[in-house]
Amino acid sequence: MRAERSTIVFNIIGYIVITIFTVLCALPFWLIISGSLSAENDIIRDGFKLIPQNFSIDAYKSVFQNPEQIFTAYRVTILLTLGGTALGLFLTSMAGYVLSRKDFKYRDSLAFFIYFTTLFSGGLIPWYILIVNYLDWKDNFLALLIPGLMSAWNIILMKNFMKSIPESITESAKIDGAGEFTIYLKLILPLATPGLATIGLFLGLSYWNDWFAANMFITTESKYPLQFLLYKILASAAVLKTDIAGNLGPDFKPPAETLKMAVAIIVTGPIVFLYPFVQRYFVKGLTIGAVKG
Amino acid sequence: MSGFFKELGKNKVLFFMILPTLLFFVTFSYIPMVGVYYAFTNYSFDGGLFGSPFVGMQNFKFLFESGVLLQLTKNTVLYNLAFIFLGNILQLVCAVFLSEMVGKWFRKTTQSVMFLPFFISFVLVGAFVYNLFNFETGAVNALLRQLGLQPYDFYMNTTPWIYIIIFFNIWKGLGYGTVIYLAAIMGISDEYHEAAKIDGANIFKRIRYITIPMLKPTFILLILLALGGILKGQFDLFWQVVGNNGMLYETTDIIDTYVYRSLAINFDIGMGTAAGLYQSFFGFALVITVNWIVRKVQKDYALF
Repeated sequence: MRAERSTIVFNIIGYIVITIFTVLCALPFWLIISGSLSAENDIIRDGFKLIPQNFSIDAYKSVFQNPEQIFTAYRVTILLTLGGTALGLFLTSMAGYVLSRKDFKYRDSLAFFIYFTTLFSGGLIPWYILIVNYLDWKDNFLALLIPGLMSAWNIILMKNFMKSIPESITESAKIDGAGEFTIYLKLILPLATPGLATIGLFLGLSYWNDWFAANMFITTESKYPLQFLLYKILASAAVLKTDIAGNLGPDFKPPAETLKMAVAIIVTGPIVFLYPFVQRYFVKGLTIGAVKG
Repeated sequence: MSGFFKELGKNKVLFFMILPTLLFFVTFSYIPMVGVYYAFTNYSFDGGLFGSPFVGMQNFKFLFESGVLLQLTKNTVLYNLAFIFLGNILQLVCAVFLSEMVGKWFRKTTQSVMFLPFFISFVLVGAFVYNLFNFETGAVNALLRQLGLQPYDFYMNTTPWIYIIIFFNIWKGLGYGTVIYLAAIMGISDEYHEAAKIDGANIFKRIRYITIPMLKPTFILLILLALGGILKGQFDLFWQVVGNNGMLYETTDIIDTYVYRSLAINFDIGMGTAAGLYQSFFGFALVITVNWIVRKVQKDYALF
């Protein structure tokens, strides 16, 4: 069948609009990559360009000449992301499962108890004072790990995922004499993988990308997670320790501008690298969860 | 009460499984609610929660009479309106175009690129802003210089930031929203389109009279729900794009950045908590109202 003229016109408009949006979405990434691969002197003289005038990997070299700081931050972020995601998933899935059980009498009141926290909150300052003055977590990793473990939205989403698992599974296992926790661990969790994957991704992203908690609570430089280190370097508040300056002549300027861009790339790299693999899962999970939030 | 203990005995394990979650929310959500009391004090670090002098509504009075509250509310609400309406419309447009697209490779690639910003941190958005707009080496000024024009100092002008902030908000959420709308479009039965085709309706007519009306409930619902959060500001976005820049407060200061500054920079705990409580209180009233409206429009979609 030959396509109608109006269809062709529509698709041409579509391709143009989508191409423009795609380019706009990709442009900032491109500029950062280009900046990180430019010669420092070009940037100082002319500013950031779409295409490097003189290709140079000096910025990356100087980062990896003394990579201690970046590696430390990587270690902090990886440990927080793994620990936070695993623990958060465990707690969220248990809560979601309990709240999805129809024979659990208080599930509605408890669900509302959790949900209410999204409607009203004491605000940032009382929350901060609780953590610093009462829990005494200033400059403590617990302040980066614990407050992000759970969110009401994740629990509600998990509850909805769990609801789609047939009740008869729990019932028959109970008749066979299985304990509640065993049912959850051995039967429910394997069936809830799409939900676990979606919420695990949400949690993993929020830990990996977190800078706010570190900004609020962390004061020691060796405890900085990746994004906060980048934030400090961008603000020129932290200088990446490089020995490149010492090795060269007195009029040599250590790369500062290109270095900022290189650190941005190094810090974001894993996400962009993993992105093609996780995106599919994510879209699937979102589409299931979005039907009724 | 005896019913409660009976239930507790019957479902002991289930109670234990949800106990950590309940403790979590008691600690990090309910206990801080007590702290809204700071809003009525002239907080001092020595005095703490109950030792600081009680000043009644004085903090609120100051915020209101100085015009700070009005300015913050105006900025927060106007930005959110722009985010919600522009964002949803563009997401809808992208979803409609993508759903009709024939080239599978093109569709997949563009959708992936548009979804990427959702995954990156706001600090990287800060890096983009630095790369584009800083005075000495920013890409925009590099381009202006190359064209022989005067460089433009973004940090001395308030107007451009309105557009920069709106741009990056939409940029970050475009892919996510498009996925939601695409799912809604996929839910529309093919039969409608087939029948319309037989009746000779072209693609513009089919979109206008089938796709758009079918998406209307989703669109209205998403807008309504978002309107419930119109007093909540995106601190990450504003702080990473603008930071603590007094020159730009007029057009870029929202309730959340004000509260943060009160805590971390000005150490004005009472005033900051008051602004936060104002936000929470009216935000609460707003969600209740919105939910009441959603309930009238479409009962199934009400939040509670």
